[in-house]
Amino acid sequence: MSKQAAAQRTVEAVWRIESARLIAALARVTGDVGLAEDLAQDALVAALEQWPDGGVPDNPAAWLTAVARRRYVDTVRRAVTFERKAAELDVQTRLDTKTEDPMDEIEFDPHVTDDVLKLIFTACHPVLSRDGRVALTLKLVGGLSTEQVARAFLVPTPTMAARITRAKKALADAHVGFEVPVGPELANRLGSVLEVVYLIFNEGYAATSGESWYQAELCDEAMRLGRMLSALAPEEPEAHGLVALMEIQASRIPARIGPDGAPVTLLEQNRVRWNRMLITHGFAALAKARAAARDRSAGQPGPYSLQAELAACHARAATAADTDWRRIVGLYETLGGLNPSPVIELNRAVAVAMADSVNGPAQALAIVDSVADDPALRGYHLLPAVRGDLLARLGRADQARREFERAAALTANDSERAHLLRRAAAANAE
Amino acid sequence: MRVMVFVHATEESEKGDYAGHADEFEAMGKYNEELVKAGVILAGEGLEPSSHGKRVDFAVDGTGSRVIDGPFAEAKEVVGGFWIWQVSSMEEAVQWLRRAPFRGQQVELRRIVEPADFEGQLPPEIIENEARLRAQAESPAEG
Repeated sequence: MSKQAAAQRTVEAVWRIESARLIAALARVTGDVGLAEDLAQDALVAALEQWPDGGVPDNPAAWLTAVARRRYVDTVRRAVTFERKAAELDVQTRLDTKTEDPMDEIEFDPHVTDDVLKLIFTACHPVLSRDGRVALTLKLVGGLSTEQVARAFLVPTPTMAARITRAKKALADAHVGFEVPVGPELANRLGSVLEVVYLIFNEGYAATSGESWYQAELCDEAMRLGRMLSALAPEEPEAHGLVALMEIQASRIPARIGPDGAPVTLLEQNRVRWNRMLITHGFAALAKARAAARDRSAGQPGPYSLQAELAACHARAATAADTDWRRIVGLYETLGGLNPSPVIELNRAVAVAMADSVNGPAQALAIVDSVADDPALRGYHLLPAVRGDLLARLGRADQARREFERAAALTANDSERAHLLRRAAAANAE
Repeated sequence: MRVMVFVHATEESEKGDYAGHADEFEAMGKYNEELVKAGVILAGEGLEPSSHGKRVDFAVDGTGSRVIDGPFAEAKEVVGGFWIWQVSSMEEAVQWLRRAPFRGQQVELRRIVEPADFEGQLPPEIIENEARLRAQAESPAEG
C-alpha cells in the first residue's frame, strides 16, 4: 500500500471514531448542526491533505478539533467584520459585537458524551423525512461518507448528497434546537431515534442475501448505533430492547442463506450456524431492558423489547421443535394489544398453529380469515402462503393448492416462488 | 469485523497488587467507558496474575499431557487481559488502541476468524462440527 493510501485509511479510521463527538461539540457551540458538519468536514479535508506527509498526529482528535475551531473563528470574524462595517454606516445601530474568542467555548473532552446524544436526537428529528433521518444519522453519527451511505442505499452519490443537504436545511429552517428533549416530548422523540436505527438495521438485514457488502455492513452499523444509544441513555428500556432485537436477529445471518444461495426460513435454518456471541450479547441486552423497565416501574415492555423476547424464544430453542410456541403466542398477543397490526395477527396465527398440532390449525385459520380482507395485507404473499399451509394441515388439499399458487404469483423472490409451487404440487398429489 | 485485543502482563500486573494502581484503574475505567459509549466493546476482562494460572503441555506424539503450575517466567508472554471489539477495519481498531492509557507495554490486535473464513478451505462437515461444539459450549443459561 502506498504511503498516501495508508494515510488515507488512517484518516478514515480516525474520522469514524471522532466525527460524531467532533460534530456534536461544534454543534453545541454553534447551535447549528449543518455548520458544525461543514466545519468538521473542513478539518477532515485538511487531515487528508496534511497527514500523508506530516504523519498522523499523536492526538488526532485534538488536531481535528483545533482545525475546525480555527475555521469557525474565521467564519465568525468575517461575520463580525461585516457587522462592524454595517455599523459604521449607521452609528446608531452600532452593534454590541461579540468580541470574546469563541474558541474558548470549544473544548474537546471525549467524556462529554451528552453532546453525542443530542446529535443523535437532532439527526433523527421528526421534522425530517425518514430517508433524511436515516441519511443524516449515518453521516453525522455513524461517521460514514456520503459515498458510503449512497452505496448502502443503492442510490447515486449526488442523490444522497442532495438528500443530506435538504435534511440539514430542513433542520435549520425549523430552528431545531441542539438538545435532548425532556418531559413528554422525550418518549416521542426517542421513538423516532429507535425507528431510524431499526430502519438502518432492516435495510442491511434484508440485503444479507449478499448483493452488496455495503448493505450488509449496515447491520453492524445499526448495532453500533444501538449500543451507543443504550450506553448514552441506559435508563431507557427500549434502547436495550432494540439492541437485543438486532443482535439476536443478526445472530441468524450466517444461517439465512443455503449453500445454493436460496433464503432459508427461520424454522429450517441450521441453528448450529447461529452466531452464539451475538445471542449471548442480545440476551444480556434483554436482561438490561427488563431491569431498566423494572427501575422505571414501566408496567408493560415496549414493542422492541417484546420483539426481542420473541427473537429470544427462537434463540433459546436448540431445534425448531423445541420452540416454546405458547410463549410466542402470548408475546404476539401482548404485541398486538400494544400495536394492533394484521401482520402481527398473521404471525400469531402461525404460532397458534405450531403450539397445538390438534386444534391449532383450525384456530389459526380463523385468525387469518379475520384479517384476510385488511387492505394492509393486499398483495402480501405471506397471507395466502400461511393460509395454504393451514389448509394443507387441515387436509383441504385443493384449497391449499390454490392458496400456494396465489402466493407464488405474488412473491418477488424466485426461490420463494419455486418453494411455493413445490408446495402447491405436493398439495395436489395428496 | 471483530478483533481480539491481547493486553500482555507486566511485572507489576503479575504482582496482583491492585491497591497501588488506583490511578491507572481510573484511567482505564474512563477509556472503557469511552469504548462502551462508542458501541465498540463486545467483551473484555482482566486476568489474575499467572501465579494462579495453569498450563497444560501436550506431547508432540499425542500420547498425553502434563500440567504446569504458574507463575510463568516471561511476563510479556503472559496475557493479562483482553477485549473483543466490533470495528469496521483493523485500522479503526489500531486508532482506538492508540487512545488507551497504557505505559511501557505491548498490546496486540488480531482479527477474529469467522466461519466464512474457513469456507472452501475445510470440509463443510468440520466447519459444522466446530460450530455445533461452539453452540453447546456457549449455550446461554438464561435469556
